[in-house]
Amino acid sequence: MIRFLLGDERVEVDDVDPNTTVLDWLRASGRVGTKEGCASGDCGACTVTTVHLAEAPVDSAADTADLDYRPVNACIALLGSLDGCQLLTVEDLADPVTGDLHPVQRAMVDRHGSQCGFCTPGFVMSMFAWMHGEPTTDRHDVDTALSGNLCRCTGYRPIIAAARDVATARPTDRFDAAATTTAASLADLAETRADDAAASLAHGGRRWTAPRSLHEAITVLAEEPAATPVSGATDLALAITQDDRRFGTLVDLSRVPELHVLEVDEDRIVVGAAVPLVTAAPVLATHWPAVTELFERYGSVPIRSRATLGGNLSTASPIGDSPPLLLALDATVVVAGPDGRRRVAIDDFFVDYRRTVLAPGELVAAVEVPTPSDGWFLSVSKVSKRLDDDISAVCGMFHLALSDDVITDARVAFGGMAATPARARACEQALVGGRLDDATLEAARTALADDFSPIDDMRASAAYRTRVAGNLLERAVREARGEDRLRVTTAAT
Amino acid sequence: MHDKAEPTPADDRATPRSGGTGSRHDATAPGVRTVGAGDSLPHDSAHKHVTGAAIYTDDERALDGELHLAPVLADIARGTIQAIDTTTARAVEGVVGVWTAADVPGRNDTAPVFDADPLMADERVSFFGQVVAVVAAEDLDTARRAARLVEVDATAEDPSLDLATAFERGDHLRPPHRQERGDPDAALSSAAHRLSGELVMGGQEHFYLEGQVARAVPGEDGDLWLSSSTQNPTEMQHLVARILDRDMKSITVEVRRMGGGFGGKETQSAQAACLAALVADATGRPARMRLRRHDDMVTTGKRHDFLGRWEVGFDDDGRITALVTDLVGNAGHSVDLSEGVVDRAMFHVDNCYFLPAARVSGHTVATNTVSNTAFRGFGGPQGMLVGESVIEAIARHRGLDPLEVRRRNFYAPVDRGDGRDTTHYGQQVTDNIIAGLVEEVATSADYDARRDEIAASNAQSTVLRRGIALTPVKFGIAFTVRHLNQAGALVHVYKDGSIHLNHGGTEMGQGLFVKVAQVVASELGVDVARVRVSSARTDKVPNTSPTAASAGTDLNGMAAQFAAREIRGAITTWLADRDDVDPDDVVFADDQVTVGERTLPFATVAHEAYMARVPLSSTGHYATPDIHYDRETGSGHPFFYYAYGAAVSEVVVDTLTGEMKVVAADLLHDVGRSINPAIDLGQVEGGFVQGVGWLTTEQLHWADDGRPTVTGPSTYKIPAIGDPPEHFEVRLVPDSVNLADVVYRSKAVGEPPLMLAISVWCAIKDAIASLADGAVDPPLAAPATPEAILAACDAVRADGVN
Repeated sequence: MIRFLLGDERVEVDDVDPNTTVLDWLRASGRVGTKEGCASGDCGACTVTTVHLAEAPVDSAADTADLDYRPVNACIALLGSLDGCQLLTVEDLADPVTGDLHPVQRAMVDRHGSQCGFCTPGFVMSMFAWMHGEPTTDRHDVDTALSGNLCRCTGYRPIIAAARDVATARPTDRFDAAATTTAASLADLAETRADDAAASLAHGGRRWTAPRSLHEAITVLAEEPAATPVSGATDLALAITQDDRRFGTLVDLSRVPELHVLEVDEDRIVVGAAVPLVTAAPVLATHWPAVTELFERYGSVPIRSRATLGGNLSTASPIGDSPPLLLALDATVVVAGPDGRRRVAIDDFFVDYRRTVLAPGELVAAVEVPTPSDGWFLSVSKVSKRLDDDISAVCGMFHLALSDDVITDARVAFGGMAATPARARACEQALVGGRLDDATLEAARTALADDFSPIDDMRASAAYRTRVAGNLLERAVREARGEDRLRVTTAAT
Repeated sequence: MHDKAEPTPADDRATPRSGGTGSRHDATAPGVRTVGAGDSLPHDSAHKHVTGAAIYTDDERALDGELHLAPVLADIARGTIQAIDTTTARAVEGVVGVWTAADVPGRNDTAPVFDADPLMADERVSFFGQVVAVVAAEDLDTARRAARLVEVDATAEDPSLDLATAFERGDHLRPPHRQERGDPDAALSSAAHRLSGELVMGGQEHFYLEGQVARAVPGEDGDLWLSSSTQNPTEMQHLVARILDRDMKSITVEVRRMGGGFGGKETQSAQAACLAALVADATGRPARMRLRRHDDMVTTGKRHDFLGRWEVGFDDDGRITALVTDLVGNAGHSVDLSEGVVDRAMFHVDNCYFLPAARVSGHTVATNTVSNTAFRGFGGPQGMLVGESVIEAIARHRGLDPLEVRRRNFYAPVDRGDGRDTTHYGQQVTDNIIAGLVEEVATSADYDARRDEIAASNAQSTVLRRGIALTPVKFGIAFTVRHLNQAGALVHVYKDGSIHLNHGGTEMGQGLFVKVAQVVASELGVDVARVRVSSARTDKVPNTSPTAASAGTDLNGMAAQFAAREIRGAITTWLADRDDVDPDDVVFADDQVTVGERTLPFATVAHEAYMARVPLSSTGHYATPDIHYDRETGSGHPFFYYAYGAAVSEVVVDTLTGEMKVVAADLLHDVGRSINPAIDLGQVEGGFVQGVGWLTTEQLHWADDGRPTVTGPSTYKIPAIGDPPEHFEVRLVPDSVNLADVVYRSKAVGEPPLMLAISVWCAIKDAIASLADGAVDPPLAAPATPEAILAACDAVRADGVN
C-alpha cells in the first residue's frame, strides 16, 4: 500500500499496476487539469507539485523550512513515488471556498500569460513550487525555475513577467497558512509507514516495492534477478510511456537511507546514488565551480529533482552529461551487492554501449568525487542545439594539471563521441608535457581526431562532432590561459 | 548597450491609444458608442486556463462504452503492402476490432483539395509512419499494445528523400507556377552586377502542446457528433461524410478550443477525426483517437522545407534590377495544401522590395516523407527568407550595410508616381508604411550606434562575435483561394439580455473568441461579460473556412458585426417607432439603451423587445471584396491588404562551437486599430519566438531509410524560456489604421510577426560575416543550428583568407 495526501485528503492506494504514472492516475480519476504534452518529461504540461517534510530522509540537504515544494513531471513519475508526500495539482490552488485565484494564477491572468492554455497548468505548478522556495526576479533564476516548461504560443515574455510579479510580492498563500497542519499530516504518514511494511503496490502479477535499507534492497534484487531497480525513473519511465513496456517488479531505491549520503571530507565528495541532482549539484559546484553551468543545463528542475548520479551512471547512456565529468575528475564508483561493497575506478565502469561492470544483483551505492587539487584546472563544456534542457551533441571535460604553464597531467573526457562516455587518451598524451600554447593545442587537436570515430545522428553530424570537440579543447586551453568572454551563456548581458 | 527592459504590464505598453470607452471606431454607425473593442481584455478562458478548468477534447469524460484507438504505422518509407495480419492483435483481451483501408465504406481519402491522402494506406506506402490500420480497444493501453502486434508484410523500395534530387528529376505533384514581369533575362544580362545563390530551409514541426485528438459519438439515423481539435470543423465534417459515404447533414463537428494549432490542425486533424468516426460508425460506440507525441510527429505534416535558387542583377548602389528565382517546396508524399504554400512563398519572395524585372517560379515537389501542410506563414516565411538572403548577398558584395540596401529597394509610396509600387504579381502596394516603420524602429532600437559599437567590440574579440540586423515584413492578407474568404456568424440576444455568440472561427489560443465578443459587445453597446462565446459547431454556422491565413478576426469579426447590427437595427426600428423618436436618437452604450430622453438597462430593452415580438437572433455573412488572381498570367490582386512590421535583433555567436544567443530584440508591428492590444501583442511576441525557433534550434531529421529520427521534444527543440532575449521590446504601431475596410480598421496579426524572426537569422549572418570584415556573405543554412553556424564560420574564415 502507498499513502499520500491528494490536496488535503489522505489517499491509500494498493491495487494499481505499479507501471502507472502519476499523470495517468490523476486523469483516470477525473483530475484532468493536468495535461499530457509528451509523456517523456520534456514539455512540462503535466507538472504537479509534491510537498515533503524538509526533514524527511529523502531530502537530506534541504534547508530549514518545514515544507519542501518540488515540481514533478507527473508523466514520468511512477505512482509509488508519491508515498508519504502531498500531491498538489492545478485544481488545488484556487481558494475552494471563495474561488479566488492563487497569486500565481492571478499573475498569469494579469500578464496575459496563457494563450492556448494547454501548457498553463504546468507553468502554474512550476511557478507555485518555485514561489515556495526562494524566488527572485533575476531572469536567470526565473529561467532555471521554468526551463522544464515549454510554451508554444506566448514566446514566454508574459510568463516571465508573471513570475517576476510573484517573486516581487512573494505573497503568503493558504498553503503557508496551513503549513503546520500539512507538516503534521505528513509526519503522521511517516509514522504510519514506520510502523508498517515497506511501501508497495501490486496488481496483476506486477509489483513495486520501496525497501528502507540497503540490505533489504540488495536482498530483493538478489532474490529476484529479473527485478528492475529504479530511483527517480526519469529514464526508466520512458520505456513505459514511449515503448509500452511493463515491468514485473520495480525496486524503488529512493527511500534507502544509505543511498542518500552526501558528505564532503578533505579530499573527496561522496554522493549517494539516490541523491537527486538538484541536491547534489550545488555541493559539487561549491568545490568545482566549473560544473555549475553543466548542471543548470542538465534537464530541468523537475528532472533534476528526481534524476540521480546513480541512475545516470547505471544507464550508461553515451550522451549522459555526468559520466564524462566523473571520468575527467577521476571519480570512484562504490558498488554494493550481495557480496558487500567494492570500489570501481570510473575508468573501468563503462564496458560498452549502455553496459557497465555492474553484475546482476549489484547496484551503484555512491560516487566519490575528488575535491580539487592545487594546480589543476577544469573546463566543462556542453554543446547542444538549445542551450537549456537539451541533450548534448558533444559534452567535453578538460581537467589539466598545470605547473608554470606546463601541462603536467591531463584527463580529458567526452560524451557524444563514442558508444560510451570515454576519455581521449591520445589527446591527453599530446597535452602532457606541453605548454599552454598554440603548438600544444594543435598537436592535441590532431591527436583528438584519432581518439574517436563519432556517428551522424539527429543531434549532429560526425564531422561537426569531431570539429567541435577540437574547438572545445581550444576553448579549454584559452580558459586555462585566463581568457574570458568565451561563452555565449555568460556573454549575453 | 542600452538599458534592460523593466518588466511592465503588457496593458501599459499595449495601449498606444489608451483605454476607455470613447468612440474610436469610425466604422460604426451613428448613435453607437463602442464598449470593449480596443481594450486589453484577458483571453476569455484565461481564468479557466490557470485553474485547469478549461476542457480540451481529451479532457471530456468518456461515455459509457467509449473505445480508445491506436494507429498502426508503416515501418518503411516506400513500398507495397502484401498482407496485413491482425490475428494476434484481435486476440488481445479488450481489443474490439482492427480496421484497414478495405473497411472504409466511402472514399478512403482525406485530401482537402487534390486526391491522394489515404485515411489508411491502401497497398502503397508512401512515407514512413503512414497509418496502415487502426486498433480499437476498451482502454488506450490495450489499444496501443495491440497495435504493436499487427503484422504488416510490405516490400520496401528505395525512398526518395532528397528535395533537390527530386526537383531535378521532375517529381512535381502540381504543374510549376510562374510569375513574370518585364524581361528578366535581358535585365540580368545588362545588370552592372550579378550574383546567384542557393538557400536550403528546413521544415518545422508545429509542436502544438495538445496533440491531435478527436472523439466521435454515434446518434440516430447514422448521425455522428464529433469533438475535434481542429482549425477546420467544416472540412472535418466534409471528410467524415466522405469516408463514411454520408451527407454532411449527418455529421456535426464541435470545437470548443485547441491546445495550439499553428496550421497543424487545418487539414492534419482529419486522420484522427475520420478514424474515430469510422470506428464509432462501425461499432455504434463512442470512439476516441488521441495520438501520442511520437505518433503525432511521425504521421502529421509540418512546415515545408524549401530550396531556394536565385540569380539577381543589381546596380552599383545595390538596387535590384532583376531577380530570377526557383522556389522549391517539399510537399512530401501528397499535395495536401502544398500548392497554396508554394504560391504564398512566391507572393512573398519580394518582401518589401521592388523587383523591376522578375521571374518567380514555384515548384511543388514530391518526396517519400509525411505530407507537409499549413504552418503559420504558409510558405510566406520561406519565400521571404530567400528574398532577404538576396539582399544580404548584395550588401556584402557592395560593402554596404544590409539595412541601406533594404532601404534602397523598398517599394515606393504610391504618390511618388515612379511605378516602383507594384509587386511582381501585379498588385499595387497601396498601403505602404514600410519606410517610416523601419526608421521608427531603427531609431527606437538605436540601430546605427549599436552597429558601430558592435563592430568595435568584434574587433577586440576573437571567439565571440556579435551581430545585428533590421529586417522588415510585408505580408499579404487573404486566403489565396478566393472562396475561402467568407465567414458566417450567429448572434442571439436572449430575453434576459444575455448574448450568445457563435461564428465559424475556432479558438486555438489566439484570442479570436474574446476579440469577436468585443466586436459584438461594441455593436450592442454592452459589457463583454454579457456575451458568451461558444464552441464552433457546424450545425450552428455552416460551410465555414478554416481558421487560418491570419483571417480569423477579419472574417468572423465582420460576420459577427453584421449579425449584431441586424439585431441592433431591429431593436432600434422598434424603439424609434414605439417612442416616436428619430432612429439616430436610439443609442446603445454603457450597457444601456437611450431612447430620446429615456435610458433603460440593456436587459430591460431585450425583454421588452421580446414581448413586442422583435427578432433577437440573426446570422451575419461576410465575403472579402476586391480579391482575384489569375494563375495563367501569374498576376492579379490576391490580397485585400498588407500587414507590416520590422524588427532589430542582436545576437552573440561563439565562432568555435556555433552556439548562439539572442541578446536583444526590438519589434514594431502594425495591427491597424487593435481590437485587443494585449492579445495582439501576445501574437506578435509569440510569433516572433516561434519564428526564431524555426530559424535556429528546430531541426527535423530523417535516417537514410526515411525513418524520422526527431519524434519528440527530447530531440526536437522548440524555444525554451531561456531563449527569448532579456531586452525584448515589442510595440504595436501607434495610430495605425487599416486602409481596407476591415472590422474596426484592425489588421490580421496571426502570421506576419513570425517573419520578424528573420532579423535574428540575419543578425547571425552579420556576426559570422565579421570574421572576414563583412566582405563575405556567410553561407548560412536554416535552421542556424550550432552546426550550421560553425560551418558558415569556417566557410567565411576560409573564404576571407583567399
